[in-house]
Amino acid sequence: MTADADSARAAAEAAARQSYGKLVAFLAARTRDVAGAEDALADAFAAALEHWPRDGVPDRPEAWLLAVARRRGIDAVRRRLTREAGQDHLALIAEELEAGMAEQEIPDERLRLLFACAHPAIDPAMRAPLMLQTILGFDAAAIASAFLVAPATMAQRLVRAKARIRQAGIPFRIPERQELAGRLDAVLEAIYAAFAEGWLDAAGTETRRRNLASEGLWLGRLTASLLPSEPEALGLLSLMLFAEARRAARRGPDGAYVPLAAQDTELWDHAMIDEAERLLVVASAMEGLGRYRLEAAIQAVHSARRTTGGTDWPALATLYEALLKLTGSPVAAINRAVAVARLDGPRAGLDALEAIGDERLADYQPFWAACADLAAQLGDREQATAAYDRAIGLERDEAVRRFLLAEREALDRGSGKTNGQAVNRSTSRGGR
Amino acid sequence: MQYMLLIHVDEAAMAAAAPTASPDKAYAMAEPFMAYNEALKKAGAWVAGDRLAPSSSTTRVRMMGDRTEVLDGPFADTKEQLGGYYIIEAQDLDAAIQWAARCPAAQNRAVEVRPIWKAQ
Repeated sequence: MTADADSARAAAEAAARQSYGKLVAFLAARTRDVAGAEDALADAFAAALEHWPRDGVPDRPEAWLLAVARRRGIDAVRRRLTREAGQDHLALIAEELEAGMAEQEIPDERLRLLFACAHPAIDPAMRAPLMLQTILGFDAAAIASAFLVAPATMAQRLVRAKARIRQAGIPFRIPERQELAGRLDAVLEAIYAAFAEGWLDAAGTETRRRNLASEGLWLGRLTASLLPSEPEALGLLSLMLFAEARRAARRGPDGAYVPLAAQDTELWDHAMIDEAERLLVVASAMEGLGRYRLEAAIQAVHSARRTTGGTDWPALATLYEALLKLTGSPVAAINRAVAVARLDGPRAGLDALEAIGDERLADYQPFWAACADLAAQLGDREQATAAYDRAIGLERDEAVRRFLLAEREALDRGSGKTNGQAVNRSTSRGGR
Repeated sequence: MQYMLLIHVDEAAMAAAAPTASPDKAYAMAEPFMAYNEALKKAGAWVAGDRLAPSSSTTRVRMMGDRTEVLDGPFADTKEQLGGYYIIEAQDLDAAIQWAARCPAAQNRAVEVRPIWKAQ
């Protein structure tokens, strides 16, 4: 298949997911029955994924889906309905489906659906999978492989979570202003979790997981477009774009890990960085200071190297300090220590690392990699070797492990280190 | 929708406090609940609510074939026992959670919010 055909297919698929998510949200917001809404549209969505890439996207995609759903689905829903006495929400779905046919423009209820998926009464680990299934129409098997869970297990958890939404009466509503911040945070966190799973697959070799990064971006775009005056929604999208823009530079031609400081800025996606910067400027004009906006600002400083040729370490130290104060995250503390090392030398950096004193760091690779790097710069081979060993043992990514092994070997050869390039994945997500 | 708010209490701690409680203190403990009940009724959310006698007074019954087996004591012999309940009418889980949060029992105990499966 040619690249043109590929992108036409991708565009058709995106349109199908867009319309499908809108219709699921429309039906579910009225009936609270997510699974029923998905059932009613399943055949129509499958037909769209089959026809649209071949015949083009119809003028009114939602009407197309509804017409097919009506032809194929409604009778089935009705039949099920009469079997399952008392399940009158299914009758409601059939009615809403017909009501939707009459409406020129289907109202966009996807934000309500996102808030339902990330409700505090839903298991945090299930929020991102729920969003991917209900808003984007991914099947349980695809989601399971992205989150490294057995397909049957994921399918069962999704069914349970949807039953919970209906039975517990989890509302499809946008929270009131006073509770919006906290609830929006759960939505953003789930989106970021999906993105970060995809980001971990740096080489993009595991198709499922690479897709997860684009789906995370897609959900981030959706949320930012539906809540354009929420700085954290814009901040998260900006942050994800900055990170995604560096994908091509994160691995060498031979698949070797390339630390951020050594990346060739020519390989960065400059249009994506431009967009991230514009979003950050808009968000920065708004009130309040949140985690995602701060992290986006940090990424902006790193990305500025493409024009300035250098990195503003004092600015990074200040931003990480602010992030640390805001979140108390040990990951922010490590990054702050690395910035301090750049400013005041490796001794000051190592002192700052040792002062963190968070026991979770014992199993955290970037902590040991940073320790090793700074100890090596100080000429303390013993400490550096021990720290590299721990970092290597904790790393699950083969390319990063090879990089760390090479660093340790360089140490054994006694070559001096002058330039700290601690392994920093630059998403400062806890535990990763 | 209707929800049941289940209030679980540490009976041993309650019993330790109760015998020494003066009538004044007992009133002080009950007063917030009376105010809460009023608020529920005013909002039209009240369906039912009661305090339960201690689990030492409870009895379990089940049929063993055609024989009725009667056992003393609660279903699960745990430190926390069901000590009271409310049944409320609420628009959705968020509204029910708000009522649960306002319940005086939520100050020092957890209140469980359980949807009622309406028989149709």
